[in-house]
Amino acid sequence: MDAYLTSLLTFVAINVTLALGLNLITGFCGQVSLGHAAFFGAGAYAAALVTTAGHPFALGLLAAMATAGVLGLVVGLASLRVREDFLAITTMGAGFLFLGFVRKQEWLGGEFGIPGIRPPFGPEGMAILAVASALLVWAAGIAVRRSWMGRIFLAIARDEEAASSLGIDTARFKLAAFLLGTVSAGLAGAVYAHVVQLIVPDAFGFIQSITILAMVVVGGIGSNLGAVAGAVLLTLLPEMFRFVDTYKLLVYGGLLILVMHLSPDGLVGIARRLLGAVRR
Amino acid sequence: MFYVELLIAGLVQGAMYAMMALGLTLIYGLLRILHIAHAAFFTLGGYVGVLAANSGLPLGAAAALGVLVAATAGPLVYGTVYRPLLDKPPYVALIASIGLLIAMEDGFRLLFGPYGLSFAENPWFVTGPDLGGIFLNWVQIALGLSAVLAIAGLGLFAVGSRAGVAWRATVDDPEMAMSFGVSPERVRLLAFALASALAGLAGFLVGLLNNLIEPGMGNITSYKGLAIVVLGGLGNVPGTLWASLLLGVAESFGTIYLDKILDRDAIAFFILVAVLMWRPQGLARGR
Repeated sequence: MDAYLTSLLTFVAINVTLALGLNLITGFCGQVSLGHAAFFGAGAYAAALVTTAGHPFALGLLAAMATAGVLGLVVGLASLRVREDFLAITTMGAGFLFLGFVRKQEWLGGEFGIPGIRPPFGPEGMAILAVASALLVWAAGIAVRRSWMGRIFLAIARDEEAASSLGIDTARFKLAAFLLGTVSAGLAGAVYAHVVQLIVPDAFGFIQSITILAMVVVGGIGSNLGAVAGAVLLTLLPEMFRFVDTYKLLVYGGLLILVMHLSPDGLVGIARRLLGAVRR
Repeated sequence: MFYVELLIAGLVQGAMYAMMALGLTLIYGLLRILHIAHAAFFTLGGYVGVLAANSGLPLGAAAALGVLVAATAGPLVYGTVYRPLLDKPPYVALIASIGLLIAMEDGFRLLFGPYGLSFAENPWFVTGPDLGGIFLNWVQIALGLSAVLAIAGLGLFAVGSRAGVAWRATVDDPEMAMSFGVSPERVRLLAFALASALAGLAGFLVGLLNNLIEPGMGNITSYKGLAIVVLGGLGNVPGTLWASLLLGVAESFGTIYLDKILDRDAIAFFILVAVLMWRPQGLARGR
């Protein structure tokens, strides 16, 4: 496969993994997070530290998921104290805290990040690994959706008070959603670090967090297929708009507004309405 | 003396935050929208001001022009971007706001270049009154003064005028206000005009202070503004003012004492997270 397509596929798969993970937290469980990139970053840094110290990649992968998951639990615990818009801003704050901390740490390379991360496979192998991670998280998303836990997530997203009055321990399930979503982000981070081979703090900032959220919302919040579609579309869009290269971001921002106006339930909403029209 | 200077620098910074956060909290109080694109109006005020000043207008007139353009653009953007989304879930308006910020920031970059513009002459920046050993330039004084005047004016307006009463009534209970003949639409347009005017003025003054206007200059301030709004108890005006000053001063001292662990921008969010863990409803009680 040509090198450009291989790298495009790899980045699409990484973003799909991120969007599916955030969809578990924000889509299924209704907890809007504006700091998802921090967990992506935590995974990337953990994996990079492990493999640049000479340990095998598999260990880096585990370390990435564990680090992101533990941080996810901490932020999840904090999130139990606050709700809705307070929660969105708290997660945004957590993201900036992560960034501000990493920038000042010499053992994490400070502003310059960690260079010389050696990939375990060639470009094709990394693409396969990225796609496999995306498929794994997708399968997990579908399994969660069909399980008891998925229904409880839905109940919490719709009406938390009602859910807890039915005797559901909402705190525990919110933590579970955070854990699952952030472990996925850690996985994506480990793959990303070994694809780009140089990680810098700015790659995991607020813009990245809101890009992931935009993928989930543009695809159709709360739907696995939607998260995948949104991630694929928003990753490819800037590539498709290369002919208007200078206006890329202008068009991107305009499209976000347009999608929200035409179909607040995203691409999945459009597809549903089209299907409905066909059936009638 | 060093500490006094730190304190004053912090208070000036806090006054600037207050001008941004006040607008955000007004908009949140009325519409429940986290208006991230507020940053773009800050930047807009800066660009209009610098272009006007460099084309020969006196600084005061340039500032007024920047404020005027921002105050016109705010309600326009509300009407086109936010109005159709008001009955949708809150994250819909949030994503639209993010799209708006990205598009406007890129618009500034395309129109005026990526490296920003500087003032050809910046007399307020290099001169200042002698305050017995403490150096303050006129821009810092203008920032502090405009914040105090704007906030006092807004307070008087909210308490003493018909439009202000209509506004407070709409924040409290939109339906009841409507049944008394208040048009919520006009209140919202007014809120966007005032909030954007404040942001534009803050943008112009910060542009003078840094002698640089660049496409993304408002972003971090707007994010911190949101943090302040939440710290102050979402939609709570006095709480927002206190939180702004607290944050300005804490940052000013934090950059001296926390420099090894956190960067300047993270200090604001550290305070945010810490306070929310202690008081989930913010510093002040919710409205």
